[in-house]
Amino acid sequence: MSSLLGLTAHQLQGLLEKKEISSEDLVKEHLTRIAQSEEQIKAFVTVTGQEALQQARTIDEKRSRGEQPGSLAGIPLALTDNLCTQGIKTTASSRMLRDFRPPYNAAVVEKLQEAGAVSVGKCNLDEFGLGASTENSAFFPTHNPYGEQAVPGGACGGAAAAVAAQEVVFALGSDTGGSLRQPASFCGVIGLKPTYGAVSRYGLIACASSLDQVGCFTRDMTDCALVMNVIYGRDAKDSTSVSFPAGDFTKFLVNDVKGLKIGIPREYLQEVNDPRITAYLQQAAAKLEELGAVCEEVSLPHTAEAASCYNLILAAEVSSNLARYDGVQYGLRVQGEDLVSMYKKSRSQGFGEEVKKQIILGTYVLSSGQYEDYYLQALKVRTLIKEDFAQVLSKYDCLLTPATPTAAFDFGAIKDNLSLLTSLNTLTCPANLAGIPALSLPFGTAAQGSPCGLQLLGRAFGEETLLRVGYALEQNTNLTQPSPAVKGEM
Amino acid sequence: MKITEQEVHSVAEIARLELTQEEGQKITHALQVILEQTEALKRLEISKVKPTVYVLPLQNVFSEDQLDKCLTQEQALGNAPEVEKGCFKVPRII
Repeated sequence: MSSLLGLTAHQLQGLLEKKEISSEDLVKEHLTRIAQSEEQIKAFVTVTGQEALQQARTIDEKRSRGEQPGSLAGIPLALTDNLCTQGIKTTASSRMLRDFRPPYNAAVVEKLQEAGAVSVGKCNLDEFGLGASTENSAFFPTHNPYGEQAVPGGACGGAAAAVAAQEVVFALGSDTGGSLRQPASFCGVIGLKPTYGAVSRYGLIACASSLDQVGCFTRDMTDCALVMNVIYGRDAKDSTSVSFPAGDFTKFLVNDVKGLKIGIPREYLQEVNDPRITAYLQQAAAKLEELGAVCEEVSLPHTAEAASCYNLILAAEVSSNLARYDGVQYGLRVQGEDLVSMYKKSRSQGFGEEVKKQIILGTYVLSSGQYEDYYLQALKVRTLIKEDFAQVLSKYDCLLTPATPTAAFDFGAIKDNLSLLTSLNTLTCPANLAGIPALSLPFGTAAQGSPCGLQLLGRAFGEETLLRVGYALEQNTNLTQPSPAVKGEM
Repeated sequence: MKITEQEVHSVAEIARLELTQEEGQKITHALQVILEQTEALKRLEISKVKPTVYVLPLQNVFSEDQLDKCLTQEQALGNAPEVEKGCFKVPRII
């Protein structure tokens, strides 16, 4: 039997349905791959091999009895380690939660289990989702499968690297300001941040609640639609989730963009500092025009202010959300002589430096005296950013932008380069501020042969258009398929 | 207006964090840069703009008070660092 690694979920489904392969064999092959490649990649915080094999066998038994085992039955996936898994360690890559075993599953984890998908483990991220490279993980950084010295992006760099390194078929993570789309771009896979409210956040360890959204990494657009079919929908346990009218997302995978109006925001192009990325964007636009779409330059005038606005809102919400880690109900406790000293010791030893920085910034901008100067200003600018999108998206069906200003950078590069971090955020965080859906699609390789990506932004609940345009690009160019450049067979 | 190291330490106190001297210096520097960048926001004419706290036009609604599946006491206490008589135990308060 030839290798099953690198195949998509829909290809594997066909083989599983015809009983040409078993789920157990499929999971075993991926576990072997993980065992071989983890020394180099370090994508996983926890690998749950035994549980995965057990689940795969159950799926195989169901199938042999003629039962319908679910739409993603037997397909191996990875979960970012900020999604709660019952009885299985969920750390958010923080010392604070090093030994935390949640008593319940996140809503999306339940949904995936119902669909028969098999989780093989939990992936590394920047601590609590705060970072753009996995360098802020309390445990270890993850390495980009396309080059060991390069970061995989972040926060959800582990999950993106796991898909790229063929350790799993797809993965789930969360996106607060680009945590899915930026690593997707750096690792040559698809990353989808759904419309705010389209997917339940129940059981997602909160970073910034008005920005966070659970989404996925996949190898192609068809897999993206299949995963969306499973994870989308209202959940009574998340009061901000709403029902999504779409139905079956695969019906939007049509190779037809005729008549679509696609805007290209000029402010986004100004952030790009790799001419190849600009060239790819132009190639994509030219292809879409050839297929009958209309591409025009548009303006989102408040783009330059987005990253600052995001920094303040992010920090404010983080400081509030992370107040719950006090050494009382769960998480690290460091004994102190009294209650307050126990709080302080636990939090100071449990959180890493970036998390402390965000908590302090957030506490500062929410404090009386600073609130109106900073936080309130940011909320008002958020309105302007949202209105910019509303105006442009009333005339255009979606927007096409670069996903990142550069390809993956080396370890240590953003530490002293705040402007790089700012331009990374500038391209991705506006979608979170406005709550609109955004898709990062691999498109070509930058200098040094590492992948780079394009981003599609749509109207709230307009995932349909992102799927259509993404699918058309995938079907009509050879740039969306990431080359399997993972080092040798490792 | 620049945030000082002393302010950073006193905000840390409010957030129940203890910073080492080195952490204090690094965080102060980082916050100075971030806050400096936000000065651009103040140059926008936004006095009449309404703030956006949440992007969805959702309103709070009340639901029927119904019993649902919930965690057992044992599960709820399962991750607690210290437990006594079915309660979370904390150090002496008074």
